[in-house]
Amino acid sequence: MSAATTDWTRRTAAELADALAAGEVTSVELTRAHLDRIAAVDGDADSGVHAFLHVDAEGALAQARASDERRAAGAPLHALDGVPIAVKDVLATTGLPTTCGSRILEGWVPPYDATVVAKLKAAGLPILGKTNMDEFAMGSSTEHSAYGPTRNPWDLTRIPGGSGGGSAAAVAAYEAPLAIGTDTGGSIRQPGAVTGTVGVKPTYGAVSRYGLVALANSLDQVGPVTRTVLDSALLQDLIGGHDPRDSTSIPQELPSLVEAARQGATGDLTGLKVGVVTELSGEGWQPGVKARFDETVALLVDAGAEVVEVSCPNIVHAIAAYYLVLPAECSSNLAKFDAMRYGRRVLPAGVEAPSAEEVMRASRDEGFGDEVKRRIIIGTYALSSGYYDAYYGQAQKIRTLIARDFDAAFEQVDVLVSPTAPTTAFKLGEKLDDPLAMYAGDLATIPANLAGIPGISVPAGLADEDGLPVGFQVLAPAMADDRVYRVGAAVEALLARTWGGALLAQAPELEEVAR
Amino acid sequence: MSTETLVDFDEALTRYEPALGLEVHVELNTATKMFCGCPATFGGEPNTQVCPTCLGLPGAMPAVNAKAVEAAIRIGLALNCDIAEWCRFARKNYFYPDMPKNFQTSQYDEPIAFDGYMDVDVDGETFRVDIERAHMEEDTGKSTHVGGATGRIHGADHSLVDYNRAGIPLIEIVTRPITGAGEKAPAVARAYVQQLRDLILALGVSEARMDQGNLRADVNLSLAPAGSGALGTRSETKNVNSFRSIERAVRFEVSRHAGVLDGGGKVVQETRHFHEDTGITTSGREKSDAEDYRYFPEPDLVPVAPSRAWVEELRATLPENPTTKRARLQGEWGFTDLEMRDTVGAGAFGLVEETIAAGAAPQAARKWWVAELARRAKDAGVELAEVGVTPAQVAAVQALVDAGTINDKLARQVFDGLVAGEGTPEEIVAARGLAIVSDDGALGAAVDKAIEANPDVAQKIRDGKHAAAGALIGAVMKEMRGQADAGRVRELVLERLA
Repeated sequence: MSAATTDWTRRTAAELADALAAGEVTSVELTRAHLDRIAAVDGDADSGVHAFLHVDAEGALAQARASDERRAAGAPLHALDGVPIAVKDVLATTGLPTTCGSRILEGWVPPYDATVVAKLKAAGLPILGKTNMDEFAMGSSTEHSAYGPTRNPWDLTRIPGGSGGGSAAAVAAYEAPLAIGTDTGGSIRQPGAVTGTVGVKPTYGAVSRYGLVALANSLDQVGPVTRTVLDSALLQDLIGGHDPRDSTSIPQELPSLVEAARQGATGDLTGLKVGVVTELSGEGWQPGVKARFDETVALLVDAGAEVVEVSCPNIVHAIAAYYLVLPAECSSNLAKFDAMRYGRRVLPAGVEAPSAEEVMRASRDEGFGDEVKRRIIIGTYALSSGYYDAYYGQAQKIRTLIARDFDAAFEQVDVLVSPTAPTTAFKLGEKLDDPLAMYAGDLATIPANLAGIPGISVPAGLADEDGLPVGFQVLAPAMADDRVYRVGAAVEALLARTWGGALLAQAPELEEVAR
Repeated sequence: MSTETLVDFDEALTRYEPALGLEVHVELNTATKMFCGCPATFGGEPNTQVCPTCLGLPGAMPAVNAKAVEAAIRIGLALNCDIAEWCRFARKNYFYPDMPKNFQTSQYDEPIAFDGYMDVDVDGETFRVDIERAHMEEDTGKSTHVGGATGRIHGADHSLVDYNRAGIPLIEIVTRPITGAGEKAPAVARAYVQQLRDLILALGVSEARMDQGNLRADVNLSLAPAGSGALGTRSETKNVNSFRSIERAVRFEVSRHAGVLDGGGKVVQETRHFHEDTGITTSGREKSDAEDYRYFPEPDLVPVAPSRAWVEELRATLPENPTTKRARLQGEWGFTDLEMRDTVGAGAFGLVEETIAAGAAPQAARKWWVAELARRAKDAGVELAEVGVTPAQVAAVQALVDAGTINDKLARQVFDGLVAGEGTPEEIVAARGLAIVSDDGALGAAVDKAIEANPDVAQKIRDGKHAAAGALIGAVMKEMRGQADAGRVRELVLERLA
């Protein structure tokens, strides 16, 4: 437990749950503290962190009051009842705008809740608002949000990662103790790495996708974004489980993740077999990233783990396969955004009585950003008759090969490890004109999505050359999410001893934005 | 409208061999839709049976209706198909205003059922129609185009979309090209759809009403030079909505294709619309290789993998094979081959069966449906089942005939009353005063009157020419407005002129 402080925003979700249970604080006080923090540091498209696209102060406080009443009556709904949370703007929320960071959904208020959102509400967590993201989750920097970028709380001139930069930055900037993210190729883990926070991509199917506006249905997964591994475990235990509305969700129950995190926090990894993935060992990556990774691996050995090197040769094809599967699926997903039934409708300039087709064309032209259009075009092409086998079909085969590589690796070891991303947070605008360079940054995270396996990113320290956070990734076989929590919690505990606390405590204080 | 040269059907067949293909969509009668829990019932207020999934709202996901899969497997088994051990849904990507996701969730190269057949009887000859596949898909919404003259989208003021139908489960049944039917091609097409409908009804998986669109047939047709063994370019005539129209559409397309080919032209591969009123087809959208549906497996659904045990369980629930059943019932009913053929040809098989089940003698049931009621249906331009009289009513009418309350001639007036909705057969007999008079007093007076009016005839009968009695009986029947017991009249005539 961290030192007592009167600033409730600095506490972990587990600590807040304990404080609520002990009657030391009310949910209204907690929620107001976080809303105040948002007002102080979040700013807007031009300044501040800009983690939020919509803040729902009124709704969150109403939920907090209801939570306090339940607790007063001795009937809290869940351990996290009353602990506020932020939700990525890609999940449908009744009564709250859901834009996916896109102009084309501007003004759309869904008439239904995503299953994950419904579970949060049913457990009594006040929803602070919706967090910023790359448009339709396409990007690794949140710069592709149509509503302006999110900035990294460690350095406001740098990217917070993406696509879930908003959720990671909100948690890193103490604007929310918990957040929900989605991970299609690293959108939870990479922002976690570059903001010094924790992010988990659960096993594909471990968390319902119903109400998640799909980027690539076969790759997307909802997961927790937090400051500690235990908080992520609490959150995944809450949002996970089978959903009859999502037939790809897994019927079997996962082992308790909270228990796994608590076990890992002892720092004892005796008997654990760890594989360093040769192709992702950090060779040739940013030196500070490589250095922190190697040190962390050494710590695992000290903690009793046996470390070996394991090759997954087909990983080198992961990005190519990913950038065929994803655009193919999203080109089909995005076809329905025709401005006829919901979202923003654009009337073509200078056309009197435009036809439906002209309205659709103008709406899609203005409503979608360049990155979205790029992927629609690539995906449409890849699915076209005569090209399907060469592109989409081939990409699916590579997917199978990568999954087999992982299967073989997990015959030898319990978990695989790598740096989460090859670099620390780059400057805003630095890679905007070079999509391929941006795509390459996801090399270490994409394979888990292609294979459907779980992965966690935990802070591994700061790179010497720029003083920015580095992430350490742990991967496990499908359904063995407990292993990534166990090892993640161990890394967290071992490193906290060397740092004397959480890495985030080393982040510079944010200045208040002008109001 | 049409500038085509049409070649006489029979003449066309001297030079060309038609190849038929039929695609039939069957709307299932499951309680809920294919991929969501919305009711799949017909006729609700527009857009009241909808949810995020069937409206295609962002984030919503499909989940497969197990009852629809069950129905698909039963249809497949009844069509002698193999049932896939593992198959997937696919997205068929194309733009259409009444399709909420701008793709249709269907099946592509992995249909649930494939490689089957159906034996179709036409005029005592059996044609085997090979079934390529039966697959599951969802229906689209329904557009109404307001303000135009034609009801089509072109020229319309605005369009309204009702999504109640969006997501209703459909089974699409596709035949392989049917060749070798020659001049019987129109009849084979009709008989196939008719028999398929009987099968669907027997399975109980759909209401299968063509007039309500529960059963929709697309007719593909091509011609190739006789004896070439090749397949020509086909046209696809959409939504042909009655058995009779199927036959007419095939005939028309044969004449039209022959006209094009005779003139040295090329048949355009296109969608055509059949016009019920004129019996012709007109061009719809052109269908070419440019139409690319970009099929790929639906990533939001898991594969459907029906266990063999389940498939066998479903096989055990199948109704009797229609061909076997027909042979069995022909024997039970004592119909001649010709009588059976006429019954089936009139689309009366099921109706006759139900009428017999309701108590009528087989020959009586046949006679009413195949003669009297078939004529009425033809005059009214409706299907036999829609003629306005139910099998139970036919049986009730026949019971009155058997009891001597009415005769066949009076029965026709009872059918008039039934069609006009005047009540039960008994009520109609009473209200219209149709009961036969067998009271000797009233009959005797009429007989005396007839003898008096026809002295020549009476003399012949007195001379022993009993056959002449018919003329006097006719006169009495006329006098009694047909309501006399003809047998008793004959007896009275012969008694008086003995």
